[in-house]
Amino acid sequence: MKNTIRWVISLVFLSISMTALWSQQNTGGLKVGDTAPDFSLKSVSGKTITLKELKNVKGYIVAFTCNTCPYAQMYEDRLIQLHKQLSPVGWPVIAINANDPTVTPGDSFAKMKERSDEKKYPFEYLIDEGQKVFPVYGAVRTPHIFLLDKDFKVRYIGAIDDNAEDPTSITNRYVENAIQAIEKGKDPDPNFTKAIGCTIKVKK
Amino acid sequence: MRIYPNSLRFWAFLFGIVGACTLSAQTKLVTNPVVYDNFEALEPVLNRQTDTIYVINFWATWCAPCVAELPLFEQLSQQIQGKKIKVLLVSIDFKRDLETKLKPFLAKRTLQTPVISLTDSRQQLWIDKVDPNWSGAIPATLIYRNQERRFVEGEFTNFEALENTVNEIGGQ
Repeated sequence: MKNTIRWVISLVFLSISMTALWSQQNTGGLKVGDTAPDFSLKSVSGKTITLKELKNVKGYIVAFTCNTCPYAQMYEDRLIQLHKQLSPVGWPVIAINANDPTVTPGDSFAKMKERSDEKKYPFEYLIDEGQKVFPVYGAVRTPHIFLLDKDFKVRYIGAIDDNAEDPTSITNRYVENAIQAIEKGKDPDPNFTKAIGCTIKVKK
Repeated sequence: MRIYPNSLRFWAFLFGIVGACTLSAQTKLVTNPVVYDNFEALEPVLNRQTDTIYVINFWATWCAPCVAELPLFEQLSQQIQGKKIKVLLVSIDFKRDLETKLKPFLAKRTLQTPVISLTDSRQQLWIDKVDPNWSGAIPATLIYRNQERRFVEGEFTNFEALENTVNEIGGQ
């Protein structure tokens, strides 16, 4: 009888801790202040990109994006502009397509290469093969920016700026302002923003 | 006297027309959305203190999974007649796409669910007010009655999934 009770109690505890672990993983993803894990992903340039192997950087503008989302497309030129402007001073854009091409065929590696050639992407455009990186980062939409400093510390998460529809009506260039703040030794404010976007398409 | 039969036919015709109009008015198809430039105009609809269940879907014509799940909300609209449930589709298509994309889309589709066009670009301000757990990705659906709320980010893949979430609130 005592043994049974002990069993039941340990089972209950086990299930509670399992549930806690599971829910933690589910609400997971990086928060501002966390240290981001590095990754090695294939780029349309033919290289395999690992963040720590990039030279002369002060930080990384990691951008989860894709070919097919109209919101991502609206930010495409702005992403190119960001890289052109900030990569020379040590802040390159690292674009990652996390969509599963079996769900959105327009996001296949071949199509990524096509788009990148067409628009002459100045930045590396990586594919999250097997969809292993985006859940760890906690990317949920496209476009979704994770700004990391040189120590991989997450300094800002969110949108590129505050007006997707009309670039001429932007009142806050979140990413640029965040980088300026970091350069001055300050914390970005805001360090987290929300915006409309497409969901990341997960393999069914 | 010969006028009467003709006249009778005329009245029958007239009544027929009126009847048809009334009937079509009842199953009125949505072609013109109600446009809200400011989130503040929509906010009360997301916070009514009544015993009605509100099912509010955020979508856009450019969002493929959103368009794919629209028939589920239509089906819900048709099944809830007589119940205290209201279904609303909130389009977040851009203001500049209202005439060129949203209206033509609605004209082509034969939706019976009311459509609101929210064109407030201050997303950073209003996403949290819809639900603090919303990342901003669409589709997203808010289902609530009074203080009881459910928020689903991502699409419903079948009608049962949508119905179950509504029933969770309904306590059925």
